[in-house]
Amino acid sequence: MKNPLDSLWGTVISGFILTAILYYIARVIVSHAMGAGA
Amino acid sequence: MSPSSDWILRWFHIMAGIMWIGLLYFFNFVNVAAVKEATAAGEAGPISKYVVPRALLFFRWGAVVTWIFGAALLGGYPGPNGMNGFAAAFGLQGTMAPIGFGAWLGTIMLINVWTFIWQNQKKILGYVPATDEQKAKARRVAFLASRVNVMLSIPMLFFMSTGPTSISQQIYH
Repeated sequence: MKNPLDSLWGTVISGFILTAILYYIARVIVSHAMGAGA
Repeated sequence: MSPSSDWILRWFHIMAGIMWIGLLYFFNFVNVAAVKEATAAGEAGPISKYVVPRALLFFRWGAVVTWIFGAALLGGYPGPNGMNGFAAAFGLQGTMAPIGFGAWLGTIMLINVWTFIWQNQKKILGYVPATDEQKAKARRVAFLASRVNVMLSIPMLFFMSTGPTSISQQIYH
């Protein structure tokens, strides 16, 4: 399998996918904290 | 922290950040392809001699200045449960988690700049002695480290722009 980082656009797309994953995790953490009244 | 020092820190954090990430994008979106074409034409010498060393100087020190002003800015924020904002962000505590992700990504990128990118660029540019084989390996490692930073910059900028601001009320809650 080709390394996506060898391609500029593979790198950019990887960055957007990582953003979506981290955004989901951040949202879970914030929602949990708001639910707990933090 | 007073409101005046908050905006001054934010201002310098953004200016230094543009210097750092702007040069990162210059290297990846412009310079890699330019050097490839110039090498094929036998004309890459001036880029390596006059452009890259200057760009790397502002790149690596821009990264340091960005991190210092960002850390100072975070330190002035109140975290949950009486925590300092810096500790709360890096601890991914509650509403400080989004900016914490940005801070962690920026920190990983800073470490990447000073270890994998700069240490290998010193071999490529001839600042430290290296065989042709070591230079070839250094080129590959520096290239991939730089590409990793481009990838990380995308979520980093997302969390920096949606962190502890009014926008975060809309998209995280």
